[in-house]
Amino acid sequence: MTSDESQAFVAFDRVQKSYDGEVLVVKDLNLHIGRGEFLTMLGPSGSGKTTCLMMLAGFETATHGDITLDGKPINNIPPHKRGIGMVFQNYALFPHMTVGENLSFPLEVRGIGKSLREEKIIRALDMVQMGDFINRRPAQLSGGQQQRIALSRALVFEPELVLMDEPLGALDKQLRETLQFEITNLAHQLGITTVYVTHDQTEALTMSDRVAVFDDGRIQQLAAPDKLYEEPENSFVAQFIGENNTLQGTVSKIDADMCEVTLDDGSIIDALPVNVTTVGEKTQVSIRPERVEMDPSRLTPGAHTLKAEVLEFVYMGDIYRTRLRVAGREDFIIKTRNAPDQRRLTPGESIEIGWRPTDCRALDA
Amino acid sequence: MSDATQSGPVLAADGTPLKRSLARALRAQKMRALMLIAPLLIFILVAFIAPIVDMLFRSVENQIVSETLPRTVVGLQDWDPTDLPSDDVFAALAYDFIEATERRRHTRLGSRLNYETTGISSLFRQSGRSVDEIGEEYTAQFVELNAAWETPATWVALMAPADWITAEAAWAERFAVVADAARIATQAVAEADEASVGQAAAAAAVARAEASRVELEQPVFRLSVAAQEVLPETSDAYRSFARTIQQVDEETPTAEVPWNTVYLALYRDLSALDVSGYNGPMADLLIEADAAVETFEGLTPREAWGEVNDGWLDLDNWATIEAFSDPFTAGYFLSAVDLQLTPDGIEAQPEEQRIYILLFKRTIIMSMAITLMCVFLGYPIAYLLSNLPSRTSNLLLILVLLPFWTSLLVRTSAWKVLLQQQGVINDLLVWVGLVADGSRLALINNQVGTIIAMTHILLPFMILPLFSVMKTIPPTYVRAAKSLGATNFTAFRRVYFPQSVPGIGAGCILVFILSIGYYITPELVGGRTGTFISNRIAYHISSSLNWGLAAALGTILLVLVLALYWAYDRIVGIDNVKLG
Repeated sequence: MTSDESQAFVAFDRVQKSYDGEVLVVKDLNLHIGRGEFLTMLGPSGSGKTTCLMMLAGFETATHGDITLDGKPINNIPPHKRGIGMVFQNYALFPHMTVGENLSFPLEVRGIGKSLREEKIIRALDMVQMGDFINRRPAQLSGGQQQRIALSRALVFEPELVLMDEPLGALDKQLRETLQFEITNLAHQLGITTVYVTHDQTEALTMSDRVAVFDDGRIQQLAAPDKLYEEPENSFVAQFIGENNTLQGTVSKIDADMCEVTLDDGSIIDALPVNVTTVGEKTQVSIRPERVEMDPSRLTPGAHTLKAEVLEFVYMGDIYRTRLRVAGREDFIIKTRNAPDQRRLTPGESIEIGWRPTDCRALDA
Repeated sequence: MSDATQSGPVLAADGTPLKRSLARALRAQKMRALMLIAPLLIFILVAFIAPIVDMLFRSVENQIVSETLPRTVVGLQDWDPTDLPSDDVFAALAYDFIEATERRRHTRLGSRLNYETTGISSLFRQSGRSVDEIGEEYTAQFVELNAAWETPATWVALMAPADWITAEAAWAERFAVVADAARIATQAVAEADEASVGQAAAAAAVARAEASRVELEQPVFRLSVAAQEVLPETSDAYRSFARTIQQVDEETPTAEVPWNTVYLALYRDLSALDVSGYNGPMADLLIEADAAVETFEGLTPREAWGEVNDGWLDLDNWATIEAFSDPFTAGYFLSAVDLQLTPDGIEAQPEEQRIYILLFKRTIIMSMAITLMCVFLGYPIAYLLSNLPSRTSNLLLILVLLPFWTSLLVRTSAWKVLLQQQGVINDLLVWVGLVADGSRLALINNQVGTIIAMTHILLPFMILPLFSVMKTIPPTYVRAAKSLGATNFTAFRRVYFPQSVPGIGAGCILVFILSIGYYITPELVGGRTGTFISNRIAYHISSSLNWGLAAALGTILLVLVLALYWAYDRIVGIDNVKLG
């Protein structure tokens, strides 16, 4: 799952961070990022993801542990010598300089000659299709344009590692989607290693090679997006990534790759044991709304089903979102594709639902 | 624009032009806004703008010469400055001067002209004592000719129209009654027992009588048309006499013998004009005098003035009067820049009297020094404050503001204690051994003292705008610069500092403008070499009473500040000034 440690381009090794000497903001972080990888740190605010990024950039020092870049420990290297490009949430374009001067800045401080500088600036601007804006001031640009400039400024000095701290947080949805695509394309094209911080799970899923889900100062799961979505390793990840139905229950029967969970109201369901090992253990089962089947005939014979009552039907265009009462809970959601033969449920209707056991994961309680 | 003209003005829904419609819609709002600022606006206009305008006006105003010596000023209009003025001008001076003396205006004018030519003040003061002797020999000869010339009634009959004489007589009658009542009431007060009720009543009566006496106004003296025609100079001199008697002495001309100058005027009129055609009052007397004046002997006006004071035979004094006879003058401004207005044009002041240019230069240079000191001392403080957590920075900000809550006088006096030769700082330096006891540093009553004390006093005005601007610079800029490869110093120099420049600008303008007009501190700790132009202005306002020069100096200071402000706007751009 993690790349080979000896080849890791960036490595966090048992890193801890505390600001006040009482609370650990980052607890025992071990993370290895491969060269050319696009890794996203995803988590709610206060989960320690930005602190990790700042430690990597050099603006915060690790309280304990080592951070290595390309095999060399960087704990004592000041930020300006790390050669890491960085894109900030509020762009941080210098307001008193033009776009060209902003891009020229990292080259000037590196003592690069004027002609080479100009060449690099033009190339970097063309990369983000902003070549015409070289003489504008940041205040004359829209948010999306500013972010493009910030990106090209972080790339103009050709760093091998680029850090992005919620770079698209201040943009509207459409622009965000366009830029997500552009950033990933660019990162892969240039072969640079990218560490991207966001609290937007869609962004994390669509852009990354791997996603590290942070909570409470720890990485809860580090996996590729599809794995993260479909095979969450604990209930936090299951809840945090995508929409999710949870049911509380007790393990009543367990095999190697299959278990039965007795829900609080007595009904029994099939699930995949992930974090449960013994009968009688409390568990929280999680099932994605789009994996719920309304047609029992499509399930494997003998599978357990549940009775459900339709409470609400919402037409959302591409999908239908239906809220059900299941096993005493009123927040069970199913999503069905808006297909020509799809049935529209009406509130008050009673239906039977089920799922493939592999889609239903029995996690920690 | 061109689109609008081609397609005509945009119309609102009801067909009126949109602009007018909009203006109408906004009118109520504008009125409300105006009403809200009106009290302050009126207050500022009355208490701030008006006095300033009045003061600025004083820097060019010079009516005092033409008001005090109106006839002389007219007479000097076609004067040849290489020779003394004609007898006519000297006569005019006599008529003007006697009135000015009676009205006690001549010393004021003397002081005013003394700013320009030293010695005029005493010339005027001394002349005031003996000006009433001018023409006395003519008075004697007229009286000798006919004793009627000595009676006031003769003059009144000759000069005044009949209706004025009647009115004056009526007034005199009423006045006598009222004055009598007042006298009786006053007597009653004196006689009344101290504790008696009668005293209060009597005092009230006195007050009433006094009030009605004041209310009873004398009809203002007028000349008859005949007198004006036949004796132009005399009638003018007499009117001057009569009105002065009325207004200054509150007496009636019907009971006063005219001044000697009136007799001089009569002599001059009768010598020059033919009065044989006159058939008004006192015609016989006049015709008799007209025949006799040829035999009269006496001094010409010029000789008479020479007797009064030989300063009047000095061309320089006349030149000064002539030069400042205009109701407006550039003289104050010229003095304010060490020049003077002489009959030969504008010249530099004598070397030893040139002080203002030096003072202006000193004020500007020292203000700049103070501003620079404030920047150097204030910038690091403001930087620290803006980068601390807000709880700590608020506490420290209170320390910065603390001096604001202490009296300026106390702070300045504290500096006196600290900086004097036997003061705390010198004691400390001697104790440490840095300075020998014999050569203690002179830190006060010189420029060093002024700069130290004023830097301390004005420092908050630098720190506050700097702080508020720095507070708005997000720390990500410096982080971004560092991530792009800039060292701490480069990040500061190229990214942080340029963004804090608006704060420096605001602080500099504030401190510079405040210090260029500062008064108290330089006055107390500046000694002789550390005072500012404002101290000189204060001196002219309160000690030398040369308000015109004070106003001119103030105007120059104001213009200087505005010019510097303008230059600053051109160089740095006033949009770049942020107070927060």
